[in-house]
Amino acid sequence: MSSHLFIILPIVIPFTVAVVTLLLRKAPQIQQWVNLTGMLALMAVSVNLLWLVHVDGIQATTFGGWAAPFGITFVADHLAAIMVLSGALMGLAISLYGMAEMDKERIAFGYYPFMNMLMAGVIGAYMTGDLFNLYVWFEVLLIASFVLMALGNTREQLTADIKYVAINLVSSLLFLGGVGLIYGITGSLNMAEISLLLAEVESPALITTIAMLFIISFGIKSAIFPLYFWLPASYHTPPPTIMALFAGLLTKVGVYALIRVFTLFFTYDVGYTHTLLLWIAGFTMVSGVLGAAIQTDFRRILSFHIVSQIGYMIMGLALFTPVALVGAIFYIVHNQLAKTNLFLISGLANRLEGTFTLKKLGGLYAVYPGLAVLFVISSFALAGFPPLTGFWGKLVLAIGALETQEYIILAVALLVGMMTMFSMAKIWMYGFMPGTESNRANATSDDHTLLGMGNGASGTPYVTSPVMMYIPIVLVALLIVAASVFFGPVYTITEQAALELLDPSLYIDAVLNP
Amino acid sequence: MAILLIVFSGFALSLLAPWLTQPLGKAAGWVFALVPVGIVAGLATYTGAIAAGETVSVSYDWISITAFDVTLSFYLDGLSLFFGLLVSGVGALIYVYGGGYLEKHHHLGRFFSYLSMFMAAMMGMVLADNLLTFYIFFELTSFASFMLIGFNHDNAGSRRSAWQALLVTKAGGLAMLIGFLLIHQVTGTMQISEIIQMGGLITGSEFYLAILLLVLGGAFTKSAQFPFYFWLPNAMKAPTPVSAYLHSATMVKAGIYVLARLHPALSGTPEWIAIVTGFGAVTMLMSAWLALQYTDMKGILAYTTVMALGLLTMMLGVGSEIAIKACMLFVLVHALYKASLFMIAGAVDHGIHERDVTKLGGLRHAMPITAGAAVLAGLSMAGLPPFFGFIGKEIVYEAALNGGVAETLLAVTSLLANIALVAGAGLLVARPFFGKPTAIAKKAHAAPVSLYIGPVVLAGLGLALGLFPGPFGELFLLPAVAAVTGEPVEFSLYLWHGFTIELAMSVVTVAAGVGLYLGWDAMRRTVAARGFERWLGTGLDRGYDHTINGILAFGKWQTRLLQNGYLRNYMTTILSVGVVLIAVSYIRGGLFAWPAEAMGPIELHEWVLSALILGSALGTILFTSRLSAIAALGIAGFSIALMYLSFGAPDLAKTQFLVETLTVILFVLVLVRLPNLKEPASRTGKARDAIIALSVGALMTLLMLAALRLPFDSNMATYYAQNTYTLGEGRNIVNTILVDFRALDTFGEIAVLLVAGFGIYALLVLGRKDDDDAPADDDPSRPDISTPVSTTETA
Repeated sequence: MSSHLFIILPIVIPFTVAVVTLLLRKAPQIQQWVNLTGMLALMAVSVNLLWLVHVDGIQATTFGGWAAPFGITFVADHLAAIMVLSGALMGLAISLYGMAEMDKERIAFGYYPFMNMLMAGVIGAYMTGDLFNLYVWFEVLLIASFVLMALGNTREQLTADIKYVAINLVSSLLFLGGVGLIYGITGSLNMAEISLLLAEVESPALITTIAMLFIISFGIKSAIFPLYFWLPASYHTPPPTIMALFAGLLTKVGVYALIRVFTLFFTYDVGYTHTLLLWIAGFTMVSGVLGAAIQTDFRRILSFHIVSQIGYMIMGLALFTPVALVGAIFYIVHNQLAKTNLFLISGLANRLEGTFTLKKLGGLYAVYPGLAVLFVISSFALAGFPPLTGFWGKLVLAIGALETQEYIILAVALLVGMMTMFSMAKIWMYGFMPGTESNRANATSDDHTLLGMGNGASGTPYVTSPVMMYIPIVLVALLIVAASVFFGPVYTITEQAALELLDPSLYIDAVLNP
Repeated sequence: MAILLIVFSGFALSLLAPWLTQPLGKAAGWVFALVPVGIVAGLATYTGAIAAGETVSVSYDWISITAFDVTLSFYLDGLSLFFGLLVSGVGALIYVYGGGYLEKHHHLGRFFSYLSMFMAAMMGMVLADNLLTFYIFFELTSFASFMLIGFNHDNAGSRRSAWQALLVTKAGGLAMLIGFLLIHQVTGTMQISEIIQMGGLITGSEFYLAILLLVLGGAFTKSAQFPFYFWLPNAMKAPTPVSAYLHSATMVKAGIYVLARLHPALSGTPEWIAIVTGFGAVTMLMSAWLALQYTDMKGILAYTTVMALGLLTMMLGVGSEIAIKACMLFVLVHALYKASLFMIAGAVDHGIHERDVTKLGGLRHAMPITAGAAVLAGLSMAGLPPFFGFIGKEIVYEAALNGGVAETLLAVTSLLANIALVAGAGLLVARPFFGKPTAIAKKAHAAPVSLYIGPVVLAGLGLALGLFPGPFGELFLLPAVAAVTGEPVEFSLYLWHGFTIELAMSVVTVAAGVGLYLGWDAMRRTVAARGFERWLGTGLDRGYDHTINGILAFGKWQTRLLQNGYLRNYMTTILSVGVVLIAVSYIRGGLFAWPAEAMGPIELHEWVLSALILGSALGTILFTSRLSAIAALGIAGFSIALMYLSFGAPDLAKTQFLVETLTVILFVLVLVRLPNLKEPASRTGKARDAIIALSVGALMTLLMLAALRLPFDSNMATYYAQNTYTLGEGRNIVNTILVDFRALDTFGEIAVLLVAGFGIYALLVLGRKDDDDAPADDDPSRPDISTPVSTTETA
């Protein structure tokens, strides 16, 4: 099969699933299986794509037979392929989880089409090699996320959604302004050609100023300091499945876009732009982790932590060395695994105990040792405890900071690591440890939640046994362990991504001289 | 292979223990103890070779990447053999003891699991030859310790202590990790066995001080040196088998092990001597006397443990051969008596649920075997002949007097600390076991064999080694000291050193210690003693709380400030940040210039259209009626379309007309149903919004002008213009771009419309949930943060 097909299949599959599930409106249970099949196929295609890129180098194709730079190009380099794969993984895990968590009502009103549209938008954003087309994919994923966030119509969700929509529209507007300006000075929308043409622009200062538009726009999407407001305001409102989906995909697209444009376009005044990014990274880490440390709700702690962890990814980009970029990319994947799993665990805890409030949870350690183990793996991975993934991510970033003698950001990263440990331990201390089998603070039965008492979920799913929810959590936890133990090969693949980013000519060649 | 088994058998046991404990029942502890016994046996086979000066190393590839190598490499020399035997040997007894102590505990399986993980991590750490592997095992000991301290999970005190120990040791661990990375940077290797061969390289490098301080950060927190020692007494909330193992004999010695392991590479400089000796001495003296402020047996044991750790650190700081000898010797002396005494305290507690020495007395009648072991351990602790502790103390005094570092000061400090230690031994042994039985002591009964075998073996060893120290000295101590000093050493151990100044100091120590013991009740109640305890005992612990609460208070403040719940404020912040970033970059780049050539002559109709656009935009803002605002917006849109037309882009203008018409119609249909707009609140608010809005507009205009100054030459535009008719077979460029050249964009936008349509349908039909009473979480009246939770949670 031609490699061109493999480049577009990652968006064709979710689009197809979206359409098919939309047509199967009256058969929601079949939708579940169609979706799962789609996710499995997507997974297989993504593995294949990464393999293809790893063996044969960067892959590119254009739509409609209009050659680059005139038509729209899709490009799969290591970064894009890694992001697609980890995105597909998230989709699969969340689909499995959703079968036991997503309620019948939301499925009846289009959860699966929306979810697949979101996936298509995210993957399109990873793969596209066209700046305006990137904007389009952002629109697709945003509209899908607007709907998913509001689906269920609680007052809480709607207030959150308004903030989410409004702030993201500003982001889109600034992005569009940036695209216009870039087109104005290069006359192109093809990212490879833009990269090439920017080198000839007489006014590097103008490029740097335009870069600010992208920092703000993508910064909002990736939830950096001080633009992250929409995230803590909204992430805790939808049901856990959707929360996990957002946590795994949304901000990461923003970070991906930042990495892309600050390696392909805006490298003319690294001393200025990337130093600015470094400051942003530091403040994002600190501000997010401080926000997390004071929360008492499982989901809110996790939401603020997303912000904080974004800081580490930006730090890797800002340091702008091969090692640091590996750190940034690895950190994205690590964070997708660990953070998504923690959201899934919070949903399972909510199913079991009927609450997300730490002090009411209690007793999980005594009664559900399996869940406790899964939580420990995921949370200690997030906190960077050796030998789990977060440790390797932080270690690589630390080496990046030492090499560039950026000692301040190193110290900040370590202190924030401590605070992350603090708040992960806090969930453990309040949500898991207190209470014994006999004197649990909140001895709710399962059907208590299923009747709608649980926060966030509003109805009954098709599979009512929480055992089904364990499957994806165990799966992701195993992946975390595997990525920790086999960090060597993972690093080697990620390093290819970093080296490609630092040598844009590879990307340009693959697109313009196929 | 054997070494891998030695390291990883504990991890295997950790995985299996939860499933094996139930079926094995009472025998579980005894059966599991076979694993550490096997480890002891395995290690013992290397004794001869190590004593002969050989080393054993094995290495397996694990992670080999461009940035660094992490190998599973293990290195057996005198030092690692000595510590390895200590960890596994004491470990075997702890399994037996723990099995008895927690016999009826429903989480006994988990206990053995954590204990095994801990032991395995310790074994891995002492044997590791790669800095990162070492660090991983080092941190795993912290993790296992976290689980073990918090073992009584329903007890708030246990939870707090576990959390505290984790944070303090983790903080130090991170510092140490950076120190390790710097060592790697300086030496170019991660292999410890290579690093300790190139001492001068590190001590001479510009990073030396940083490396030293960072590594000491890890060692001092782990080994509970001043001012970090507060976590260790708190960790006594753990079940006693845990305290006996982790917080006396093994984990806390991990920090000592780090210093000893890296001693050849880091020591000998004035910085090393001053810092390590100084902190060690202060810790030793302070904690020895703090121990006397407690009546809880575990409290006394905890602080005397800190004292021992201080002494060991001090000796490593001095660093001369005799000091290292004293250090290594005292590691074993201390492990033997301290583990026994902990187990004894646990046995007492287990029997009568009381550990307060003021309430105990005469237990020797009910618990004769335990009492016997206590006497042996106590005499060794007090340093009386012919016990092993006596030899240890003599050599410590000798090292202080002849170490070449502040001799008098160290000798006096050691003397004062040891006096307190003697009194402490009295409190732990004489007070509970002798005298008249107290009311509570009468309820005591003999401990079961699992609870006394450990103390008997260890305390018995304390006597045996005191009487026959020779073989131990040759087989274990010599190689260990040689490994720490980095060069071969020669000495023999004797019980009797003759009439020396050290002996005189011993006599003074014991006499003063006994005196102190007799006057203890009066002494500990004095104002000075209490103040001492309040400042340096619980004071540091309070400092920890203040630090955490301070951070949380700051976190609360900054989160309230930023995440305040008002969309208006969010927008203001976002746009202001944007304005500042763009303006600074613009000015910094010197981009301002009037683009005369790009402007050309301005025609009349262009002036008119511009005025229309500006006027209607202003109108949109100012009109309070929605209908008028929409109309104004429409005028702006149509004027822009006319502008396109005047620049010769009819296709684009046509599209824009359609879009504008549709927009206005939709707006009218939807918005007129809403109530009229309210005036914004304040004049300053309006002014601020106006400034931000105008800045955004102005900056975008300036950016556009700057872009216009550059020549515009677009391949793409030319290509589309040339090929629309020929290749695209279309007559309208915009249409052809939309449906052919860039059809994928249109496809995406259609998807957006589809999702939006179905989304609105779902929102309307799925129905608003009637939960208006439910709090809106991001409502400003309920900021999305809650009161900070202190770590000092009460039960």
